[in-house]
Amino acid sequence: MSAESLLQLKKINKVFSRGTVDEVKALNNINLEVKAEDYITVIGSNGAGKTTMLNIVGGVFPPERGGKIVVADVNVTGLSEYKRAAYVGRVYQDPNIGTAAKMTIEENLAMAVLRGKSRGLRAASNKQLREEFREALAPLKLGLENRLNALVGTLSSGQRQAVALVMATISRPSLLLLDEHSANLDPRTAQIVLELTEMIVKREKITTLMVTHNMELALRYGNRLIMMHEGRIVVDLNHEQRTGLTINDLITAFERASGSKFNEDELLLRG
Amino acid sequence: MDVANSILSFSFYEGLVFGLVAIGVYLTLRVLAFPDLTVDGSYTLGGAVAAVLIVAGVNPFLATLAAIGAGFCAGLLTGILNTKLRIPALLAGILMMVGLYSINLRIMSGANVSLLREVTSFDIIANLFGMRGGSIAVSIILALAIAAVVFFALNWFLRTEIGLSLRATGDNEQMVRSLGGDTDKNVMLGCAVSNGLVALAGAIVSQGQGFADVGMGIGMIVMGLASVIIGEALFRPKGVTWLLVAAVGGAFVYRLFITIALRMGMAPGDLKLITAVLVVIALAIPYIRKKARREWIPPAVRW
Repeated sequence: MSAESLLQLKKINKVFSRGTVDEVKALNNINLEVKAEDYITVIGSNGAGKTTMLNIVGGVFPPERGGKIVVADVNVTGLSEYKRAAYVGRVYQDPNIGTAAKMTIEENLAMAVLRGKSRGLRAASNKQLREEFREALAPLKLGLENRLNALVGTLSSGQRQAVALVMATISRPSLLLLDEHSANLDPRTAQIVLELTEMIVKREKITTLMVTHNMELALRYGNRLIMMHEGRIVVDLNHEQRTGLTINDLITAFERASGSKFNEDELLLRG
Repeated sequence: MDVANSILSFSFYEGLVFGLVAIGVYLTLRVLAFPDLTVDGSYTLGGAVAAVLIVAGVNPFLATLAAIGAGFCAGLLTGILNTKLRIPALLAGILMMVGLYSINLRIMSGANVSLLREVTSFDIIANLFGMRGGSIAVSIILALAIAAVVFFALNWFLRTEIGLSLRATGDNEQMVRSLGGDTDKNVMLGCAVSNGLVALAGAIVSQGQGFADVGMGIGMIVMGLASVIIGEALFRPKGVTWLLVAAVGGAFVYRLFITIALRMGMAPGDLKLITAVLVVIALAIPYIRKKARREWIPPAVRW
């Protein structure tokens, strides 16, 4: 099903704090079709709806009535977050969210391999699984494969994020959501995590949505670029359209599409 | 020598029995990060159910199993209050504790039930080994057997797929959900197992002392807390096995202190105050240490 659509969002709306003075339309009629093995970068300023869109896809909260979410031909609109996890892996901005600090690397990965499977009374880990964990960790070149018994809380945030990335992908979900997953790291570690992401996504051929604040990253990674503004998708560039574009071209495209002046320095600068 | 011997063996027995309460508290508080106050009610519930059934002629071991089941249901309900109705953990536990007080009175049709002329689990064990009923050796054999079963069962369970998911729920709920684990179910299961163990302790104690009383569970949660804290301070446990050892070991040391204090003339009524002060000191020490080092300290949790 290589060229078929893997993720479909249809008429997705989301309103927060309805009926109060704080009412905000976070997503405004989003329609998106993602092909299998696409690697899409999603960019937009604060409040554009990027994270809300990921939360809707991940099932943290449902869309407004009439919206529909299909992942790998399964209508997941009504599925709760934990049930949807069978299809969707996710790495958060904060490495503390994606990993459990008081458990060992082995135990964290043992949780992750059971994504989408029923949990029973079998031993959570065994020799064969430990071998599988070492194989998954070795390509990170962080030496973690020799530290399976280390508590995750003792790792650096970069190492934790790398573990979180492996946890999100080890059971090969259909879809990978990356929510500014390199933004909280120092530049060097961020670089390492992004390269690891690239490697894993290519190797496992996982369809990926990567939210970022950083235009340069949005242009460098992936094969399609989406720009969001005030809850709408305002720019959607495929691989050919995107090739050779500079940050200035992106700004021009944004201003033309959204009809508003681009005035966010942070979009250019922040990781 | 005789006195020391009897103090030690008595504390050993009590440490094993109250070790079950400590393990229960450890399961909710440390594994699930769920401060569950149901314990005060479910301990009495276990004692009441076992006592009433034994008086009604039920086999004492079956009556004890029924007590575990009753505690399990009570814990399950606490978990449901918290996960399905979103009532904060502390309040859910308090509501259950209060509700169970009335239920326990109903079960016993009064404030207490005597087992003095009844055949208890202890008597059956005593007969089996041809020993005198009511001797400390019999009590220790029964308590040791039960504690060992619970210890090995939990040591196994917490390493299974479900057990791991349960532990992860107390560590990072959001991660568990994002990996496909049903955290609501985990919380309910953890509370149920915990209160099942606590009820088991209540059932054993009521048979050991020859009666169940509606007030027998008062302060049980604080005693369990004290045991867990003492155990953690003494054993500095890492990993499932040592955490379980620490819970039981903490209960033993705690009971040893109490037994010695009582022998030295402490009024039994002061026991709960001393336990409460002990827990306050243990909880305050980390805060005072941080304060002395001028570290930033987050505001106290209100729920």
